[in-house]
Amino acid sequence: MTRRVLYIAAIATMLMAILAGRQTTQAAPPAAPPAGADVKIDNFAFTPATLTVRAGTEVTWTNRDDIPHTVLSDDKSIKSKALDTDEKFSYTFTKPGTYSYFCSLHPKMKGTIVVE
Amino acid sequence: MDERGKDEILHDHNHDGIDRRGFLKCMAWAGTGALCVIDGGVLKSYSLSRLSEIGEKEAEGELSFVQISDSHMGFNKPANPDVASTLKAAVDKINALPTPPQFMLHTGDISHLSKPEEFDNVEQILKSANPKTVFYVPGEHDVLNDEGAPYRERFGKGSLGSGWHSFDQKGIHFIGLVNVMNLKAGGMGSLGAEQLAWLEKDVNHLSKSTPIVVFAHIPLWSVYPEWGWGTEDSAQALGHLKKFGSVTVLNGHIHQTMQKVEGNVTFHTAASTAFPQPKPGAAPAPGPMKVPDDQLRGLLGVTDVNYIQRRHALAVIDSTLG
Repeated sequence: MTRRVLYIAAIATMLMAILAGRQTTQAAPPAAPPAGADVKIDNFAFTPATLTVRAGTEVTWTNRDDIPHTVLSDDKSIKSKALDTDEKFSYTFTKPGTYSYFCSLHPKMKGTIVVE
Repeated sequence: MDERGKDEILHDHNHDGIDRRGFLKCMAWAGTGALCVIDGGVLKSYSLSRLSEIGEKEAEGELSFVQISDSHMGFNKPANPDVASTLKAAVDKINALPTPPQFMLHTGDISHLSKPEEFDNVEQILKSANPKTVFYVPGEHDVLNDEGAPYRERFGKGSLGSGWHSFDQKGIHFIGLVNVMNLKAGGMGSLGAEQLAWLEKDVNHLSKSTPIVVFAHIPLWSVYPEWGWGTEDSAQALGHLKKFGSVTVLNGHIHQTMQKVEGNVTFHTAASTAFPQPKPGAAPAPGPMKVPDDQLRGLLGVTDVNYIQRRHALAVIDSTLG
């Protein structure tokens, strides 16, 4: 008897835990803001060159070169100041779409942010 | 790095005429100083160390001037933590020239970050140079704020548009162009329609025998498009200068000396007074080249240009700071 009760109780606990877990994973996404995303500037290149994020994501660029760089979207709507070594620039993408950008000082440097 | 200190004649193309179909291309590292004499579109190179053997007539030009470039005041990274002292060394070199130059050209990247104190510092250092007049064009590092307005207030008084201008000295027509503004994604240097239209008008009244010196920051020839070392609409600019017998183009930006002759046009890039950059394609990216301290000054330099009026020739001398 006792053993059977314990067995059932254990199963019930496991089920509850599973249900609770599922509930958590289902409830969390709409509530928590998306984690930030990073783009590194190294050796005259944006890495990753294409970054896909969810709407609402704050993207932070960090210049790790000895030479200043900028972030300028092709439509000029996103514009950083010149970033010296280790300086950062952040922008929160609220609307889905594909955002092409480049460095206005070294326009061969190009990158894309895809917002879903 | 074996190039450094070789200091010998790299190219001999004095047998070439101006109608040559191809082009002559030569590269001279800053460490190998060269005197170049342009005569009717033909360029002759001499070693800087052989200047004393060249004779008076080349050295006694009726007009001589100096080009300096890419001071990058404010840069303080390992490639050269003291760009002020190397600029001062350039000034010392200029002040020691046997023929005092009449003025200086600065082909841009005066500052590293367009900061007022960086501009101040360069102005202060250049005040100690014998030639008191300096003509500037901006580099991309000089126009980081307010579309370059602070640069123009200080260095571009009387200039047009984003800072272009022209002037005449001893019968030579000098044209300072700006090719660092409004750069397009994926592109190179750019002059833009407004400036090109001005250039066409500016040279319209000149006789074709007028020697022309064009100076701009980014090279007006395709040194290495993969790194953006060229100017998208330079062909249109050079098209406006086609009728002239002698055109010399002086640029900076790539922090190394290179020369090329194409028809009547001689292209010349100057070394930086701050830090060297790699040969085209020799590194993954065109960032500052870190070299041992004892080699640094051999890779930095000043350019001295002598104009010999009788012969319509320009002599370009690169000297290093070593």
